[in-house]
Amino acid sequence: MRHWFRTQPRFDRHPDGKKGLLQIYQFSGKAKNDRPRSAYGSAIMTDDVDRNRRHFLAVATAVTGGAGIALAAIPFVASLKPSARAEAQGAPVEVAVGSLEPGEMIRVIWRGRLVFVLRRSEDMLARLPKVTEYLDDPDSLNADQQPDFAVNEYRSRKPEFLVVEGSCTHLGCAPLEQFEVGPAADWFGGFFCPCHGSKFDLAGRVYKGVPAPTNMRVPPYRFIQNDVIMLGAESGAA
Amino acid sequence: MARIESEIGAPKGGLIKWIDDRFPLTKVIKEHATEYYGPKNFNFWYFFGVLGFFVLVIQLVTGIFLTMSYKPSAAEAFASVEYIMRDVEFGWLIRYMHSTGASAFFIVVYLHMYRAMLYGSYKKPRELVWIIGMLIFYVLMAEAFAGYLLPWGQMSYWGAQVIISLFGAIPVIGDTLVEYIRGDYSISDITLNRFFALHVIALPLVLIALVFVHIVALHKVGSGNPDGNEIKDHKGPDGVPLDGVAFHPYDTSKDLVAIIVFLIFFCAVVFFAPEMGGYFLEYANFDPANIRVTPEHIQPAWYFTPYYAMLRAVPDKLLGAMTMAAGVVLPLFLPWLDRSRVKSIRYRGWLYKLALAIFTISFLVLAWLGTQPATGIFVMMARVFTILYFGFFLLMPYYTVIDKTKPVPERVVWHG
Repeated sequence: MRHWFRTQPRFDRHPDGKKGLLQIYQFSGKAKNDRPRSAYGSAIMTDDVDRNRRHFLAVATAVTGGAGIALAAIPFVASLKPSARAEAQGAPVEVAVGSLEPGEMIRVIWRGRLVFVLRRSEDMLARLPKVTEYLDDPDSLNADQQPDFAVNEYRSRKPEFLVVEGSCTHLGCAPLEQFEVGPAADWFGGFFCPCHGSKFDLAGRVYKGVPAPTNMRVPPYRFIQNDVIMLGAESGAA
Repeated sequence: MARIESEIGAPKGGLIKWIDDRFPLTKVIKEHATEYYGPKNFNFWYFFGVLGFFVLVIQLVTGIFLTMSYKPSAAEAFASVEYIMRDVEFGWLIRYMHSTGASAFFIVVYLHMYRAMLYGSYKKPRELVWIIGMLIFYVLMAEAFAGYLLPWGQMSYWGAQVIISLFGAIPVIGDTLVEYIRGDYSISDITLNRFFALHVIALPLVLIALVFVHIVALHKVGSGNPDGNEIKDHKGPDGVPLDGVAFHPYDTSKDLVAIIVFLIFFCAVVFFAPEMGGYFLEYANFDPANIRVTPEHIQPAWYFTPYYAMLRAVPDKLLGAMTMAAGVVLPLFLPWLDRSRVKSIRYRGWLYKLALAIFTISFLVLAWLGTQPATGIFVMMARVFTILYFGFFLLMPYYTVIDKTKPVPERVVWHG
């Protein structure tokens, strides 16, 4: 900054600058003492530029202006966040699951997101332990992907009901249900993402070696009746 | 050679003089048209700059008219596009011109960039022309992506879902960034509305500003030519390059022919194959956005498929996104990666010709792979060609140095 400033050309008044209010400015690179003086001599406040002062003013202006721009940017950037209305739409949703047959799945929208509710059959539950060796995080150690209540073998409150967000953790496509076993040796039924081939088991746990980095996310929910789920709230009155 | 500028330089008075005293009209016309000299050996590849500008104008004009009938809300967007197609007088034509224009823009820009690789247009002293051009390409990608969401069809929705999720791969800030982009916890009406703002105001303004700077930078250093020498090195006594012709009227006349030929192809697509077999307008987009179901086979618009194939070649979210980003960013560094003494492919050795051929094939195969399902053999192929694509750029500092080049002629050569 300092160096930049010193190399600036110096502008001083023209020696004939006495002619009136509209002074003529002329470039002058000469040393201070060699510069031509006007007829008015020292009356013209030309030669002695206080460079320190100028430098200070330039830096102060730049800093103040920069801080002003940064502060002015805050409301604009903040306006990009989800609005109050978008947040309000996160209200909990009731889902009646009593009519689900074993092996049947429904798709529910909560907070604008797709949620799968699958009623797993006895057979499906029996397959969960067989697949663990092919999984990346079979014990749900990644705490971001489920509430604490779902850190278990079934990733659910009740073993039979799986509640997961229907969004592939790779790039957000909705995985397809492929609940049948095989034909691949490691396939015991689960979810297959058509976009980039990520695979998840019947508890939404991710396979090794697929693009999705984590298990499917379990949303907060609880049972308010034996067969009614309140989606979006872990606790509180129904 | 008869020079039209002698007539323009004639004594003037009246309105022109009145304007010139207040605005450098004649000066600008001279500097950028009648006394801007392009080389006389321009070939086919040099049409695509002016065509890019022409397509930009098509997109701006058709876009303004589409905006008059389109509704940027999740509830109305899909229906308003149908309304444009069915009920607005000539709405179908204006929309097909705009959708075909988007693909035409990328065809023209890709060929324009390829020209630079053939003839070393990015090399000194045109590095900044190239960099500004790459920035134009990036803004164009953002513009196309934002525009693709607006019809609110299945492919609009799920394509945006995938691309926006890519930003979530960035460590630490990723999830917050994605929320700031969407303005919601999922892609919604709010996202559509802001993409509309970006598509019709913010990005076009940036695009136009960059195109202006691109041309200013070009006119400062002068146009290159297929021989890769500088016409400015040999000037006549009048200071005019001996191998140069004035942009106007000579290049403008030739460019007019290019525009007419372009329009023949453009109109053929607009009138007879606006969907272009599902590549210009994807069939899945004829269904309105449905949050419950991802289409069986999703793919981005054709002009993004090479990079999409790179993304899918890597079985890891963050590394895949980084590979894709690197594939997009790498060409920016061409002026410094290419250390060859010569610019034009005419005087390069077999090594560069081989490398460029590999690059060309890789890019085309990746583009095709991006439209195929990400399974088995296709993923393996995507890996191979991604490596070849990167090899072209990253090994360039080596093979361009050892490549045997031929001497470059002092003046431009006529290859009749």
